[in-house]
Amino acid sequence: MTASIRLQLTPDVRYVLRIGDTCLVHAQRLAEWCGHAPVLEEDIALANLGLDLLGQARALLTHAGRLEGGGHDEDTLAFLRDEHDYFNLTLVELPLRSGGADFADTQLRCCIVAAWLACLWQGLASSRDRELAAIAAKATKETRYHLEHAADWVVRLGDGSDASARRMQAALARAWPYVAELFDDDAVDAAAAASRLGPAASTLRQPWQASLRAVFAEARLAPPAEGAFRSHGRRGRHSEHMGYLLVELQHLQRAFPGGVW
Amino acid sequence: MNASNQGPGAGTTAEWPLWEVFVRAKAGLDHKHCGSLHAPDPKAAIQLARDVYTRRQEGTSVWVVRSDQIVASDPADKAMYFDPMEDKVYRHPTFYELPESVNHM
Repeated sequence: MTASIRLQLTPDVRYVLRIGDTCLVHAQRLAEWCGHAPVLEEDIALANLGLDLLGQARALLTHAGRLEGGGHDEDTLAFLRDEHDYFNLTLVELPLRSGGADFADTQLRCCIVAAWLACLWQGLASSRDRELAAIAAKATKETRYHLEHAADWVVRLGDGSDASARRMQAALARAWPYVAELFDDDAVDAAAAASRLGPAASTLRQPWQASLRAVFAEARLAPPAEGAFRSHGRRGRHSEHMGYLLVELQHLQRAFPGGVW
Repeated sequence: MNASNQGPGAGTTAEWPLWEVFVRAKAGLDHKHCGSLHAPDPKAAIQLARDVYTRRQEGTSVWVVRSDQIVASDPADKAMYFDPMEDKVYRHPTFYELPESVNHM
């Protein structure tokens, strides 16, 4: 069994890992649909979407490894960290194929996260870090398609049959407590904004709401009121689902160190 | 949709309609038929055609058309429709002598 790596976590490294880990873990959950989606065509569509996110994660983790300076490459960062050293949004680690979640949760999550990433990429386009700006510019095109594809599904299901509308509204109720974290600032955000590395999370709220307002209206969905619950995945404190996800993600590299195709 | 895990309401929707997919590989070429797929509506058909048939850079443009909108010749008419052309070689423009100045005909 390969031991976990230790990281020098400067605010910049944390900031980039938060984005990279969100893409990585989101991709991992979407990959779980492979071979199981309701129809073959959407199975391929979800796999494509996950692979786009995985590509974004690779670029971001590679860059985070360079910023960190300890010689860790994308694979080391993806496979050999302990749970508390992953900084993804809690929302993307929640199960999509168990625990009451279904296809509606999947498309809704893709829609929520794509809209958030779209705002983030736009903010990163003017980053002082030119590599980060370049990664964001490339990802923008992919994310635009993800948002369109998922938003169409949210509308199709939300404004569909009674059963699909009920399921989409239930998915929204499940996801909503975790949405607050998307805009929850801390010292890492403040440092990133001050040094023009990238936007603080709180500044994404308005453009995010603006981009989804029409979608939710067309889907006849009413977002619930915001509660007091806060998730803290971006700070390394995860849900009970994260450990299981990492076991599956990591076990091959842990059991066969350096294994390649 | 898979009826077994869809719960209440399952089975109320018929299978999605079938669409034929045409992909243009690059500007200037024509759209070529490359397969078919199921999709609930035109926009989903275009998106899924993109996802299923252009994921390895096969295309720059896609068309979809509902399969039931295509009018096709009857296979039973094949002999009547197409066999008579077998012995009409004179319909190929191979019996003309081209002037030297015409290069690429």
